[in-house]
Amino acid sequence: MGKKRVAIVGTGQTHHKSHRPDVNGQELIHEAVTRALADAELTIKDIDAIVIGNMDHFEGINYVDCWSVDGSGGTMRPIIKLTTGGTTGSTLAIGGYHMVASGLFEKVLIIGWEKNSESDTTGAITTAFDPIWDRLVFAGAIAGLAAEGQAYMAEFGITDRDAARVSVRDRKHAVNNPYAQLRKEVTIEEVLESPMLSDPIHLLDVCPRTDGACAVIMASEDVAEKICPVPDWIWGTANRHVYTYVGDVNLGEIDSMKNAATELFAKTGIREPRKELDVIELYQPYSFAGIIWIEAMGIIPRGKGSEYIWSGATDMGGELPINPSGGVIACNPIGATGLIRCAEVALQVMGKAGDRQVPDVNLGVSTGFGGCFWTDILLHGKKKPE
Amino acid sequence: MEKIAIIGMGMTKIEANKVSENFADMAWEAVNAALADAGMDIKDVSNLITTSNDFWDGRTISCMAVGDSSGAREKNCSCVEGDGTYGAFYAMARILSGSYPSTLVTGHTKGSESISSLITNAAFDPIYERSLGVDMITASAMQARAYMDKTGTTSEDLARVSVKNHGNAKNNPYAQLPMDLTVEDVLASEMIADPLHKLDCSPVSDGCCALILADEETAKKFCKKPIWVKGAAFCSDAYFLGDRDLAKPKSLVAAAKKAYAMAGITEPTRQIDLAEVYDAFTYQELMWAEGLGLAEYGKAKDRLKNGDFDISGTLPVNASGGLLSGHPVIAAGLYRMAEAVRQLRGEAGANQKDGAKTAVVQGLNGLCGQSHCVWVLGNE
Amino acid sequence: MAREDHLVISSGKAVQPFHYAVGLYGSKFFQELKENRRLVGSKCPDCGKVYVPPRKVCGGCFKEMKEFVEVGPKGTISTFTIVRYTFIDPETGVQRPVPYGYGFVRFDGADTVFQHFVELDEKHPIKIGARVETVFREKMEGTIRDILYFRIIEE
Repeated sequence: MGKKRVAIVGTGQTHHKSHRPDVNGQELIHEAVTRALADAELTIKDIDAIVIGNMDHFEGINYVDCWSVDGSGGTMRPIIKLTTGGTTGSTLAIGGYHMVASGLFEKVLIIGWEKNSESDTTGAITTAFDPIWDRLVFAGAIAGLAAEGQAYMAEFGITDRDAARVSVRDRKHAVNNPYAQLRKEVTIEEVLESPMLSDPIHLLDVCPRTDGACAVIMASEDVAEKICPVPDWIWGTANRHVYTYVGDVNLGEIDSMKNAATELFAKTGIREPRKELDVIELYQPYSFAGIIWIEAMGIIPRGKGSEYIWSGATDMGGELPINPSGGVIACNPIGATGLIRCAEVALQVMGKAGDRQVPDVNLGVSTGFGGCFWTDILLHGKKKPE
Repeated sequence: MEKIAIIGMGMTKIEANKVSENFADMAWEAVNAALADAGMDIKDVSNLITTSNDFWDGRTISCMAVGDSSGAREKNCSCVEGDGTYGAFYAMARILSGSYPSTLVTGHTKGSESISSLITNAAFDPIYERSLGVDMITASAMQARAYMDKTGTTSEDLARVSVKNHGNAKNNPYAQLPMDLTVEDVLASEMIADPLHKLDCSPVSDGCCALILADEETAKKFCKKPIWVKGAAFCSDAYFLGDRDLAKPKSLVAAAKKAYAMAGITEPTRQIDLAEVYDAFTYQELMWAEGLGLAEYGKAKDRLKNGDFDISGTLPVNASGGLLSGHPVIAAGLYRMAEAVRQLRGEAGANQKDGAKTAVVQGLNGLCGQSHCVWVLGNE
Repeated sequence: MAREDHLVISSGKAVQPFHYAVGLYGSKFFQELKENRRLVGSKCPDCGKVYVPPRKVCGGCFKEMKEFVEVGPKGTISTFTIVRYTFIDPETGVQRPVPYGYGFVRFDGADTVFQHFVELDEKHPIKIGARVETVFREKMEGTIRDILYFRIIEE
């Protein structure tokens, strides 16, 4: 645990859309910041430092921390940029946590954003990979994920129908979330009949391209409960950013999730995550991950994920609802996405999740995914950690 | 603030073009040098922060290239995008949070792989400014002009910074451009963007620097000469150049004020023994020295002329040779910190400032010093 | 400003050229490829793992690798997909033609997998575990394009 215990005391999101030509990046950021400040009943003057991030090549802007200050409130304040690819949003949350826990800052504003409409998303993701070795043949995130799905299918004999069940769940949940980009229920058949993008991934198995921003305010235990009657306490964080080249990855399992989750649960005393957790917001960019990655997280034994999904246990009303927000399949402004997961769990703990509220959330997990099959993970709780 | 120490440092030599090494190779060299310096094995390091920039590296998720060679396997890690001083700040916060006893922080850049003016052009607003073709040099030239106009600083004054720093670099084995220069040489060098001559500008460089920060207990376990963090702070000014008074480093003054308050520095000119500042251009050394309170506003040129900023002077500035002698952009601030550590340990050889106890280091982000990060380091 | 027709929505395109260092390890790979049509990986002195592409550091052991070993040119499909969606290829600036096979191949003698195109051939559908050979281009230049694709073979 940190020197200072840390809690989320306010969150704000834009209404995420495929294309926001009515605002530039700074203005998009400002929408989320304004909402987070309003949620916490604070003003920008109360903020001691800002942690911001996105992925540079989606918008083509260098030194975003400096460029964005009109939107973020960073003028004459400390502002620092973290970026780790798809994990950026969760990396920001972990960064904000440490800044507050250190005692250096009492209240920190954390901002993740992306205007994916401003470039070719797959082209920009492809430049994440090694220019000499990987870039010629790499085809962005979807083909890499397809390779994972294919490997898992071969080992456990699941089909795209099993994966479609995950997509059906998340798209149904998204109907309850006013901030989600895609809010339309689909059937298993509709998923299976949607165009095959990259075998075994259909169009309705994957996330969309989104413009959006998310802001989260974290505060130290000295002030958190004064700002927010039921703050969301951060119990712990862990991450693994393991690989360098795509071909190094152990495709079909996700070592980074397994190792990060094992560390997090060990240090926070979680023995049976399936029983102890009340909600998970999983950075799940495609449906197969909803099966493979919860096994790696230790929710369900390896090879049993599909059965668990079909049982309805992860639906709203089930024993462990996953992605009440509709998750990444409903909305994916990449640099914000991990932070949205964090904010959504905070809303659940605070009891502010509206139509997507899971009753009585005491413990929840948010994750981030990105890079070269990397994982970030945070444990949130209603109770102040020991 | 609890005590935090710098217990290890490693630098690659700064060179114009490390064509035989990729980012991972550079990181491997710097990280191993830092581990050896600290007497640590990678297993003794509890987490790490890499610092890099996706534009300079020509790669989205630039940190992906250096994870393995920096020892990130099975460790918690993160990546700061910006100057290395900001990476070090987050590294320190992760220790102060109680989560980790030590953090390895690295910063790398290979300026040789891209066209610098395009990279810095991308830092300008895409809608209003970029199409003018403005880059870091042209913007800095305008800042230099504004500063000279307001303070009466002359081209000869700027040239003296170049003469001093390239001269200091002669005794720095890591420097790229050690040179014997005269003021006349600088003034006779090609005019790049009025008033900046070629020798007023830092070169394009490749390099990687690594530091190991630790809590007090870890520091005492591994290190005979820990260098202690006395204070650290950062602050950003407005973005658009037209929204700022370019002749004054307002955010640097604010960051310095906070760092000095943490360190108990009330009279910087008396309490600070040496400074390593971000001299991407000659005029910046003078401007930043003033922002750090090492001279009154507009008077840095007089202290320089008086010899105060020389190695033999009362307050050496960039005794290492500074960035004018080698400027691997993102790593630059970490190099400044490492050079201050060498001084405070008494290991700076011919460039040693005798009896140096307290140093101030500054790094920056953005155009014309929009955001500054200030560190006060001491050996007691 | 509510009406969309008042919006200017594009600020134009930007291009930034880079010259990436291949480094000594990569250069060894491409020289062997160009001159001898041989594929090489680097071997960790501690764990014995063979990495392709070759590189200096074994991330798991944090050890410098100095030994190069020949791998392939045959290998086994470890996983694959068939890419059917279009996107702008940052290598060329134009849309990449689809569909194409994209496979991860474990070269004989290697521990990591190597990604490249896989020939789509109706007679030999791609599947995990399928054996492949490496198809080189006729005139070798010492770049990744010297490997054209992997071809499924029967063994």
